[in-house]
Amino acid sequence: MTVVIVDYGMGNLSSVQRALEECGAAAEIASNPSAMARASHVVLPGVGAFGDAMTRLASGGWIGPLRQLAVERVPLLGICLGMQLLSDYGEEGGGHEGLGLVPGRVVRLQPADARERVPHVGWNEVCARRADPLLDSIPPRTDFYFVHSYHFSLADDRSALADTPYCGGFTSVVRAGSVTGTQFHPEKSSRAGLRLLRNFLASRGNA
Amino acid sequence: MLKVRVIPTLLWKDGSLVKGIGFDSWRRIGAAMPAIKVYNTRDVDELVLMDISATSEGRGPDLAEIDALARECFVPLTVGGGVATVETVRDLLRAGADKVVVNSAAYSKADLITEAALRFGSQCVVAAIDALRDEHGRYICCARSGTQRTDVEPIAWAKRLEALGAGEILLTRIESDGTLQGYDLDLLAQVASAVSIPVIAAGGAGSYADMLQALRAGASAVAAGSMFHFTEQTPREAKLFLAEHGIAVRTVS
Repeated sequence: MTVVIVDYGMGNLSSVQRALEECGAAAEIASNPSAMARASHVVLPGVGAFGDAMTRLASGGWIGPLRQLAVERVPLLGICLGMQLLSDYGEEGGGHEGLGLVPGRVVRLQPADARERVPHVGWNEVCARRADPLLDSIPPRTDFYFVHSYHFSLADDRSALADTPYCGGFTSVVRAGSVTGTQFHPEKSSRAGLRLLRNFLASRGNA
Repeated sequence: MLKVRVIPTLLWKDGSLVKGIGFDSWRRIGAAMPAIKVYNTRDVDELVLMDISATSEGRGPDLAEIDALARECFVPLTVGGGVATVETVRDLLRAGADKVVVNSAAYSKADLITEAALRFGSQCVVAAIDALRDEHGRYICCARSGTQRTDVEPIAWAKRLEALGAGEILLTRIESDGTLQGYDLDLLAQVASAVSIPVIAAGGAGSYADMLQALRAGASAVAAGSMFHFTEQTPREAKLFLAEHGIAVRTVS
């Protein structure tokens, strides 16, 4: 089993790698899409702005191979910005097309009252909508670590695995077939985060 | 519900952790790695690691050291000190920082905040404000770990930092730092009400009650150094105290 971490020049890759290794996986940071050929699982991390990230994915030749993962049902986990990039479209920075793997758009968080500040930074609850292997053994309303200003607005509610109560509530875990994503950072969410990563590593192509 | 964060702060100078009072008389208190490991094991909400000598020594952060520290840290890690270019922000994020603190450089190169926010997103750009009261009783901001006064006033500066794209404000009252006498609640309340991004209170925490007051004054998170390093008080107990007083905290088993 080899987990390929997509390195497109954005974000905190060593934390993701270290967390996956802690879960017992061989995790390879790959800056060339040819690495996909040996991937049992793929992680798309990311800290940054949507448009810049898509530009970098395109120039690195990642977009086709990432879309192909969904066809071949290789488990893919997008984290934070990496989850947002799975969408059709992101409005951050003027509007950009996404990977189109999970139908929906990425829009800015809108505070529901004056006490809610954006960015949404810190630990907040993840409330599962339905049972899913990715959330196995994670108690209801477990806190995970978030740091983001935009959120995924799904076109198809059936892609929502979990919600988080902030700014009127937003989808914090998505799934479309073998493609999954978390708005929070499992690699920075201590024990619960490592549990989720183990669940991801346990998933097979047809999960 | 979003939980408030209780954040141990590690100040780092010449390869070791230090403690000072009022940003002065720094003394060495040990190595960074054991402290990071302990706080990671205790499952803290976040850690702040500041290299307080980088800017004055005219250098960037020690990326190899930060990479090594981040590898032991499965909780959020915010790193600052010597961040003067957007490339340094990138390098720190790659080394394992989740958020990067910009302080001194913002006074001369405000564009740095905007560039970093556009490239990496506002959410990982923390702007630090170190403020003191001058001889006339006015608040002013200081650069270079408190050694260089500016003519900038902190409430106006906080608004400007938000407009430039900062995602959070780390607000420290210089004279209070290391004293265990409490945060500057007046300054904190003014800054927190002036901006709509989260404000982290820093400088002066000595008790759990100080933290409660800071949160009631508008802080989204409370940072403390000496209180955790030099008293029996712990982040976990701080959160139990806050929970007893109706504040939403993340409890860990």
